[in-house]
Amino acid sequence: MNLRLHIWRQAGPNDTGMLKTYDLANVSEHMSFLEMLDVLNEELIAKGEIPVAFDHDCREGICGTCGMVINGRPHGPLARTTACQLHMRTFKDGDEIYIEPWRAKAFPVLRDLVVDRGSFDRIIQKGGFVSVNTGNAQDGNTIPIGKPDADRAMDAAACIGCGACVAACPNSSAMLFTAAKIGHLASLPQGQAERSSRAMNMVLQMDTEGFGACTNHYECEAACPKGISAEFIAQMNRDFVASALGGKG
Amino acid sequence: MELNSALPGGPIQQRWDKHRAELKLVNPANKRKFSVIVVGTGLAGASASATLAELGYNVQAFTYHDSARRAHSIAAQGGINAAKNYQNDGDSVWRLFYDTVKGGDFRARESNVYRLAQVSVNIIDQCVAQGVPFAREYGGYLSNRSFGGAQVSRTFYAKGQTGQQLLLGAYQALMRQVGLGKVKLHNKQEMMDLIVVDGRARGIVTRDLVTGVVRSHMADAVILATGGYGNVFYLSTNAKACNVTATYRAHKRGALFANPCYTQIHPTCIPQSGDYQSKLTLMSESLRNDGRIWVPKTKGDHRSPDQIPESDRDYYLERKYPSFGNLSPRDIASRAAKEVCDEGRGVGPGGLGVYLDFSDAIRRLGEKAIADRYGNLFEMYERITGENPYKVPMRIYPAVHYTMGGLWVDYNLMSNVPGLFVLGEANFSDHGANRLGASALMQGLADGYFVIPYTIGGYLAQGGLAAVSSEGAEAQQAVKDAEQKIQTLLSIGGKRSPDSFHRELGKIMWDKCGMARNESGLKEALQRIPELREEFWQNLVVPGSGTELNQSLERGLRVADFLEFAELMCFDALQRNESCGGHFREEYQTEDGEALRNDDDYCYVAAWEHTGVGNTPTLHKEPLSFENVKLATRSYK
Repeated sequence: MNLRLHIWRQAGPNDTGMLKTYDLANVSEHMSFLEMLDVLNEELIAKGEIPVAFDHDCREGICGTCGMVINGRPHGPLARTTACQLHMRTFKDGDEIYIEPWRAKAFPVLRDLVVDRGSFDRIIQKGGFVSVNTGNAQDGNTIPIGKPDADRAMDAAACIGCGACVAACPNSSAMLFTAAKIGHLASLPQGQAERSSRAMNMVLQMDTEGFGACTNHYECEAACPKGISAEFIAQMNRDFVASALGGKG
Repeated sequence: MELNSALPGGPIQQRWDKHRAELKLVNPANKRKFSVIVVGTGLAGASASATLAELGYNVQAFTYHDSARRAHSIAAQGGINAAKNYQNDGDSVWRLFYDTVKGGDFRARESNVYRLAQVSVNIIDQCVAQGVPFAREYGGYLSNRSFGGAQVSRTFYAKGQTGQQLLLGAYQALMRQVGLGKVKLHNKQEMMDLIVVDGRARGIVTRDLVTGVVRSHMADAVILATGGYGNVFYLSTNAKACNVTATYRAHKRGALFANPCYTQIHPTCIPQSGDYQSKLTLMSESLRNDGRIWVPKTKGDHRSPDQIPESDRDYYLERKYPSFGNLSPRDIASRAAKEVCDEGRGVGPGGLGVYLDFSDAIRRLGEKAIADRYGNLFEMYERITGENPYKVPMRIYPAVHYTMGGLWVDYNLMSNVPGLFVLGEANFSDHGANRLGASALMQGLADGYFVIPYTIGGYLAQGGLAAVSSEGAEAQQAVKDAEQKIQTLLSIGGKRSPDSFHRELGKIMWDKCGMARNESGLKEALQRIPELREEFWQNLVVPGSGTELNQSLERGLRVADFLEFAELMCFDALQRNESCGGHFREEYQTEDGEALRNDDDYCYVAAWEHTGVGNTPTLHKEPLSFENVKLATRSYK
């Protein structure tokens, strides 16, 4: 198939950037979306032009490195699919495709489609863990955890930290990302000791980083490649309020 | 050069305890006076950084990713082994040790493997305490499954995302230490060189992938946890950025590289679909618990799989290896797939594929039970191939997955360069010539959580470390060398991209040093690789500059090292005149095509010393002795 691509080009953090148009011929339907970009980049290099910078690594939908807005949707048109797992059979000959970086104040563009997601790490640093030093642990089976709780923890922990939730949100909120970690640890007995302070500290950091508030659009849930439920946001809000009322736990 | 592996003596069950008791300790108040560099934030690197910081050391951690959570450990699907014997099915530390030594085809150190089996139980406890959401039974207890090559159920798992959950556990522990100020984390920094001062590893040179700034970082010890070199084949199941640069640079600075020819080819990957293919995708081998592998009995049978009756199918693993069947170890299953495809019985485009069929399991257990176990893998398969594996058998083919070779280390995980420690896939020590399924996660975390915290103390407590600084001659020279190399790459101004060289190198390696090797092929590769390298330095084009985010430059630098390293692999494969584990030399096989080891002449670790680019490296041998597991021919029949 032949495609017309409109891709965000921005030379650096301080450049204004603009959409540039490229025609790409003979794209195979079996290619992944990123392989299509690889082919474009090889063509650009052959022509002596600068290839399009984009983040990617595992190309299996688990590392969370890739991320781009494809025709207005983070990771593209397929539900529960990262950009690297999107294949060209989703598109058809003659399609025009718009490719842009995540857009959020807390995710500054570094170059083209590459953004800085360091803000996510700083949120985790404020409490997205259980404070247990290596060697502290007792036998794993001394903490029985009912299957429903374990499954719920796993559903939340499946977050890959890609940032699609932020890119999808009209407020650029990181509520789903933050709630997923809080929900993971709050579902488990190991997470109870620090539950209250965790919610408080992580939410405050989220605000400090410049992420917006949640106004219940649920765009995050729709865009999440791992299908993480917005229910976890409600749980986070409860933990946050409890923490605010009860003081730091 | 004398290789001192620092192996403790005595009964194997007591060696680690005895060794720990003998290691010197660093006083708690003195730990903060020591600084340690850790390169890589995968399972081994993140767990080491977090643990060393908890102990009080000052840690500087480096990753080329934008976040420490993205290392390729995250992609491991199936699980992590531990000798817990929760299933009461006969498992023990001894059995895990025995299985790992045998699975490695008797090319690993007994002492290291025994320690690995011992600490495996602590890993599970630690991860549970961190909140890793392992699968549970309804009673709330931890669930296990059996996994490739094991006859007990000792594999712990978190859906098909075990690597992700374990890495996030280690990442969170690391983030906690970053928040506490005990770890200084450097994202988007690629290691360019090792700095050796007075014969000791004292620092590294890094390039900032955003600004291009090249600089040095100094410390009292350097830990490399930078993963494997599977991407030398270009197509592998490794993440795109995985590379050999850190370990190869250390090798050029004097660290011996051990057993580079031991590469693991994983039997269950999605076959290649075209020339544009950028990587291969693994389908967890846990699928082999319920899927049956087959090809048509006769060559050229192009009927669709549902039209081929049972009587015309060859379930070749069940036929050849009745006691292990579809769960045969990876090297054996991979070679068997190659064999049937070479016979012309492969399926799918190009005949490079075999069926992995779930129809029996679906009939037996129902579609829902299969979806519960493998739902995410089935979804992934369908996304990539456009075929529904609930209806049509999956097509799979072997692909490069893991590298057992790595930098040579002693029992303390220290290389022959004092102060340079190597953890996880980057070292060579525990898997011999073949790694068993669900053992990579175990080794990465064993090294990081439970080995290095002890052994690095033993090194640092010996003292004798003079003050060093970035102003020192060695550091300045190493920075200058790295800058020079970058400038050279940028100024070649040829016609071919880094990827085009990488693909060509990968093709040579897959054809000549892949699943099966022979003397003439390896010699041909040893001729073609230097030619390709020569062309690389004449005809490469890297657009852009060195002072910005430049992904072509990143690739060019990595490919430059692969082009040197590939030769080392071929030298190693050529000298090892036997077949063992992942190394299959066609000249050395039994009548029915099984690997033929030669214990009389090759029961050693091959540790290579760099002697200059283009020169034949020098081989050093560390003899292996098997006092506890009797050398035997591996049989899975």
